[in-house]
This record gives sequence, C-alpha cells and structure tokens, in this order.
Amino acid sequence: MNKVVRHAFDLLVVGGGPAGMAAAVRAAESDLAVGIVDDSAMLGGQIWRGESGAGSAGLKWIERLRSSRVKVLRGRVFHQPESRILLAENNETVYELQYQNLILATGARERFLPFPGWTLPNVLGAGGLQAMVKGGLPIGGKRVVVAGTGPLLIAAAAYLRQHGAEILIICEQASWVDLAQFGMALLSQPSKILQGLRLKKALAKIKFSPNSWPVAASGSAAVESVTISRSGKLETISCDYLACGFHLVPNVELPLLVGCQVQNGCVQVDDFQRTSVPEVFSAGEPTGIGGVELSLVEGEIAGLAAAGRTAEAGRLLNRREKLRRFARSLDRAFRLRSELRSLPQRETIVCRCEDVRYSHLREHAGWRAAKLQTRCGMGPCQGRICGPATQFLFRWGQESVRPPIFPVRAESMASFTDDSTLEVCETTGGR
Amino acid sequence: MSSPLTITINGAQIAVPSGSTVAVAMVVAGKACRVSVSGEPRGPLCGMGICYECRVTVSGEPHCLGCQIVCEAGMEVTSDE
Amino acid sequence: MRHATYDVVIVGAGIVGAACADEFARRGMRVAVVDREMVGGGATAAGMGHIVTMDDSEAQFALTRYSQQLWQKLRPELPADVEYDQCGTIWVAADEEEMVEVRRKRDFYGQREVPTEVLDSQTLMRLEPSLRAGLAGGLLVMEDAVLYPPCAARLLMERAQKQGATLRLGHSVVEAGQGRVRMADGFEISAKVVVNAAGACAGTLTPGVEIKKRKGHLIITDRYARFLRHQLVELGYLKSAHSVSSDSVAFNVQPRRTGQILIGSSRQYGAEHAEVDSKILARMLQRAREYMPGVEQMSVVRTWTGFRAATPDKLPLIGPWPGDDSLFLATGHEGLGITTSLSTARILVDQITGAKPEIPIEPYLPSRAAQEHAHV
Repeated sequence: MNKVVRHAFDLLVVGGGPAGMAAAVRAAESDLAVGIVDDSAMLGGQIWRGESGAGSAGLKWIERLRSSRVKVLRGRVFHQPESRILLAENNETVYELQYQNLILATGARERFLPFPGWTLPNVLGAGGLQAMVKGGLPIGGKRVVVAGTGPLLIAAAAYLRQHGAEILIICEQASWVDLAQFGMALLSQPSKILQGLRLKKALAKIKFSPNSWPVAASGSAAVESVTISRSGKLETISCDYLACGFHLVPNVELPLLVGCQVQNGCVQVDDFQRTSVPEVFSAGEPTGIGGVELSLVEGEIAGLAAAGRTAEAGRLLNRREKLRRFARSLDRAFRLRSELRSLPQRETIVCRCEDVRYSHLREHAGWRAAKLQTRCGMGPCQGRICGPATQFLFRWGQESVRPPIFPVRAESMASFTDDSTLEVCETTGGR
Repeated sequence: MSSPLTITINGAQIAVPSGSTVAVAMVVAGKACRVSVSGEPRGPLCGMGICYECRVTVSGEPHCLGCQIVCEAGMEVTSDE
Repeated sequence: MRHATYDVVIVGAGIVGAACADEFARRGMRVAVVDREMVGGGATAAGMGHIVTMDDSEAQFALTRYSQQLWQKLRPELPADVEYDQCGTIWVAADEEEMVEVRRKRDFYGQREVPTEVLDSQTLMRLEPSLRAGLAGGLLVMEDAVLYPPCAARLLMERAQKQGATLRLGHSVVEAGQGRVRMADGFEISAKVVVNAAGACAGTLTPGVEIKKRKGHLIITDRYARFLRHQLVELGYLKSAHSVSSDSVAFNVQPRRTGQILIGSSRQYGAEHAEVDSKILARMLQRAREYMPGVEQMSVVRTWTGFRAATPDKLPLIGPWPGDDSLFLATGHEGLGITTSLSTARILVDQITGAKPEIPIEPYLPSRAAQEHAHV
C-alpha cells in the first residue's frame, strides 16, 4: 500500500548523476529549496554508482551534495499529471513533486544492436557487465570478450581487468582512421590525456582490434564463444562473458513527456541549458553524449541559471564549448558503420520483451506499424532496448511518449486524483 | 564485499557476498532470471534497470528488477524455469 | 498515373473498411482502399478487441449476434497473431438489483438462442477467483470472444488483396463522393461505389454525417498468467455507455493471450486531444480494484487513448447516403466496431448487390436521420 508524499521545491532536479548533482549543488548555494530525485539508492548515476564507485571527482561532488540542504529522494519519475508536478515511485511511496523550475539530468543508456545469440545469458552490455561487477559479480579469472563501440568499451575493460577479469580482446567497430582523429581530439583536453595514460596502463597487453564487431554468440544455457569479424576475417573465441554495447543514447523520455523539443535524439537547449519549455532545463547526456566533464559543467550552468545567477553561469560557457568540441568528435569517431545493419539474421530476435524477430519487422513501413502488428516496443522496456536498434536498422523514427514512462504499480498511476482520500504522510513546503 | 549471506533461489540455498544484487546472485547460481515469450532463458543485459530481462519474483512479488535489489539474508527468489 | 477506376473505393482501412474490402472482393468487385496512415491504425488499434453480443436493443442485438457468428465461422482461418480466444464474457452483478438485470439478460438471450449461464456468487468466485468476495453473481455469455484488432484488420485486408483489392496507404482523402475519391496528392479514383469507412473522421469527410468522437482510455499490465479467464464487464457499463454528456468509467477487463491484463473502460465527450488524462486513468483503476483488488499491485506497462465514432442514436450508419447515388456509409460503430465489422460488411454489400440481407437493415440506414427530422 503506497504512502503518498508531497514535496514542493523551488527547483527539482531529476537524475543524481554528475550533471544532476552539479546542478543541485550550485542552485542550493542560493537560498532555494532544491530537491533531487534518482531511481537508485546510490548517488553518482551510472558512471560513479555511489561512493565506492566514484573517483576523487565523484566523491567531491557527492560530498558537496550531502553537505548541502538539497533534499535527496529515491524514486523513479513516471508521469507529469499537471504542469509543474511530477510523480515518482519507489517500493513503498509515490511522490508528488511540485516545482517552479525543473532540471532534467536523466543521463544515457547503452545502445544494443542485435546479432545471432545476443539474447544468451552472460551476454551483457559493456556498461552492463561493469554494473554487475559493481553489484558484486565475481569476475576474477573469467574470460571476457568486450565488443561494440565507444570509449565505454575501454573504461569497462579497464575496470573489469582491475577486478581480475581476463580481457581476451576489445573489438571496436570504428576504423583506425576514426580512432586516430578521436585521439587527436583527446590531445586537446589535458585531463583526458591523464585519463588516457591511466587507462593505457590498465589495458597494457590487451588486444585492441578496430574494424571489428561480433557476428554471433554461441552456447547452450549461456554464452560459450563469440565469433567476431576482424577486418573481414572471422575468428571464434571461447569466453565466459561477452560485454557488448554500441555507445550511448540519451534518455529523452522524460524531456519528451514534459514537452521539450528533441532533435536527433537530443534535447535542444539554449546557452543556459534552457529547453523549449520555459521552466525546464536539461543538462548532461540528454543534450548530447559528451562524457563526465561536459555533464558537470552543463549541470553547473543549469543550476546557476535556474537560480538566476546568469553572470556566473556565463563564465562557464567557454569551458563548455571546449568540452562540446570533444563531444562532437566522440560522435564522429564512433558513428555506426553500415555493416552492422547486416548482423541480424532472419530469426534473430530484435525486440527482447516480445521476442519479435528481424524478418517480421523488416516488412513494416515504420515504427508504429511494426509495433501494432508485431508488438515490438510494447513490452516493459517500452522500446528502450529495441527502439535505438530499430532506428539504426530500419531508419525508423520514434513516437511520442505516454505515461507511465516506466512500468509502475497500478496504485501509483491511480494516486493522483481530485479526492484526496489518500493518506498524505509528509508535505514539505518551499523556503 | 564482505561476509556471505544466504538467500534461496527456487528453493535452493545460495551464498552470495553481502552487498550483491539479486541479479548477481542469479548469475552466480547459474540460473536464468526469466524465460522469454518464445522459451529462451534470459539473464541481465543492461545492469541499470532498463532492459527488464532480470525480472524475478522476490518474496512473492512478481516482476521485480533483480539488478536494482540488494540481497538480504533469507530472501526468497523464484524465477521462471 | 493520376487517375484510376475501380468498382468500389473505400476510404478508411480500419477493421470496418478492411472487412468491407474483403466482402466486396469476395463477390468479384474491383476494390481500392485508401487510408492516410496504415491498416487498422485508428480506433481499431486502440480498442479492446471484445467480440460481444449486446442486448441493449433489437437492432444492436441483431447486428452483433450476426457478426459474432461470422467471427466464429472465420476462426479456422485466423492466424495466431490475431489471438482469437473464445473466452466468453461475464457480466458481473455487484448486488441483488444487478442480479435482476442478469436474469433479464438471460431471458433476452435465451429467447434468441444465445447460450448463457446465470452464475451465483460461489460459481462466480470459482470461475474468477481474483474477483473480490461479496459480489452477487453474473451472467456468462460463453460464445463471446476477444481478439487483437490490428492483426485482425490486417488479415481481412490481406484476404481482400489476395482477391485483387488494391491498397493505397499514406494518402489523406480530400473529397469523397459523386463517384470519385480525390487525395491530397491530386490522385483521383473513380468508382460507382464510394464507401466512407473513416470512423471518427467520417463527419469531416462527408459533411452532414453526425459523428461525435467519444474518447476512451486503456491500460495494459505486465504478464500475470491465470489472474483472469474471461472478459469481465460490470453491469453498470451499460449505464456508462448510454450517458450522453458526462465522462464515465466502468469496470471492464480482458485477459490477453500474453497473460497481460487489459483494463478499461472510459468514455468522454468533447475531448479533442489524444493525451492521456491522469484523472480518468485514476478513476478507471480505482473502479477496477473495487472488483479485483489484485490489480492494485500490478505493474502497468502502457496506457493509451482512442476515439470511438458515436452517432446520436448509438447505432452505426450502414447504407446509402441520401443525395449522392455513389456514396455509402459504413461508420459510427462507437465501441462495437470490432464486433460488428463483419456483419457491417455483409449487409452493406448486400444492399449494393441487391442480395437479401440476413437481418433487417432499416435501423442502420443513414437516411433514418432524415426521416426522423421529417417526422418532427
């Protein structure tokens, strides 16, 4: 039975990762009632995952947030029943969160592309396997093939290696040329060179293979081997885990729900991170994948701007511009090559929730027709896994979103009504 | 990760390091979390509560995301088998 | 090519348009179907897919029963993705007053050879253990069924196409009547017979056709096998459907083949936008949990809305449109479009070919509105 808890904030931040924390911390320096809501018990988002997962930068921000007056809530935002109110749910509670201003720092998720065998147990995302190890999965002595694209492959491989995994190979679909250009971009960012050097040490002696991608995963109860294409030649490698992800896609479902303009999968923002909805800002990966440092500075700008401190926000614009150049080079270097469209075979499952196979999807004209006829995208993941895949495979557009933007308990959907016969346990006003 | 605790998965006792998530416990026990619509065994994919592949029944409640739940001693987890 | 000629052109590829295309083609006519989007993308995609024999009027009974029997006959030809399931309907009575209504319905159906069974409180609980205790009973109508409408519409259209029908998707129709249909891109189709099967948009296509949009909401849950076996409808449903002016919700749930529970239903007049209304969802869920408490903890995966095409007297418009020899209507089905798509197609094509319809057609004739005005 849900408790209903109401809060009213001057500023509500959705997302407790780098961008969200930076925004909340900066805004709270002014005398604003600030709340931050994240669906995890840990702060730091996917990249830091709580104090134990954060580096020194992460720890500093978590510490700053905890010592501020920001109210930290655990909940999954699922609906906007009325202007300036968001509903969020956790195991025991549904939150009604009122706000004057809103900052959406909802982060990103991995992009998955289907290929034969990708649904086998122990085939996970690159970030996915890393998250499992952070969640206690023993990886010592396990043989791991890392594949896909993007800097996350290297970060994940380094982390797994540090925890005892045997990284057999890293297969990057980008070409040497693309990577070299990205390497040049890295050189323009001093902190990234340091990061690069540390990673280099962590990855010493690991085979790194560009122009390479997985063609099939095989096994009976779980993955036992992976066949990869390396510059056109096929090679089969025995392994315990396949960690495979194709870079990141922004989480724009909540921005879409509240009416923000989204283009090419990214929330459109002005110089001060303001979206097309006047009281709504967005910061971090939803505005374009760009990494931790860009997320932090965007978060700071959004928090300062929401607090009316535009001069201070303005002083951060140069740093953001430099980091955005890096983000653009990320996009270019790791764009998906067309060969990946040929990976799924007729029988390859594309929608994992409803087991819709490639051959059934191919015949439809667009996302909506495919969805209605095959149920692709109608499962609990709400198209978060199959959506980016079908967008790439078939060049389909996406639909608008409807609530709930995550599956929630029926009682939570039912809780926002005119008649408040529900027990309201707590109401926090503004200042 | 510190001392192990015991949970049951489909009636069998499994020891996992304290702090492990339910999804991790399933993988360590070699058990699929769920069986898909067409009969495939499935385990966690995204690790962040988005893919819904790690759904299991915890203490009688179905469709719980295993990767978002930390194991507690005596927890009863059941999966499709 | 800017122009084509057919025997029949149908505007609207929803389940009604698709059923009509299939029927015309079956009788040897050259058919074209035009839709601005896809097959079965309008109310067809939004509805519950309940095939139900209704008793609220003789005319409604005749059309729904005829069609329900046609669906039964078609069943062997329906592929798996149509998910046809003769699970039956249980009209649920909350109290003794509603049990009186149960017996009235039983008599009505019994006199017309529709098999039913009166359920007392215990039998109801045995058949549907997830219902709350203390309900008075209900009426089981065992020949009612459910299916998945978008795939049913596609199946009917494919049958039509196999018999030579042409489908033109992605084209808005600007004008329909006087022996032709003109599309937004300038393409024109000439035909002796033009059928308006445009559902909620029928009144825009043919001025003077009195269709009002009646918005509905639905919710679908994650999979809960064995929670529900039959389509359950509260007896108050009919009061809701009959209300002409206010927003209403009723308990109306359906088990899908997938094990997901489909939860409805709602009716609103005057709502023009397709956005989900939180308050209506909340009321619908509250009503549902009054009958089935277990719904409360279920995981809700999706919600959506749709627009039913409603006429002033609640009966569809099937037949010639007065003042235009070429124009026929097959629209205005409100919440019974899935059920009555097949019988609509039959009696429409009967009228055009001069065959004798299986049921009297007068109650559905578009000219009835004119006649009523004449009598005033």
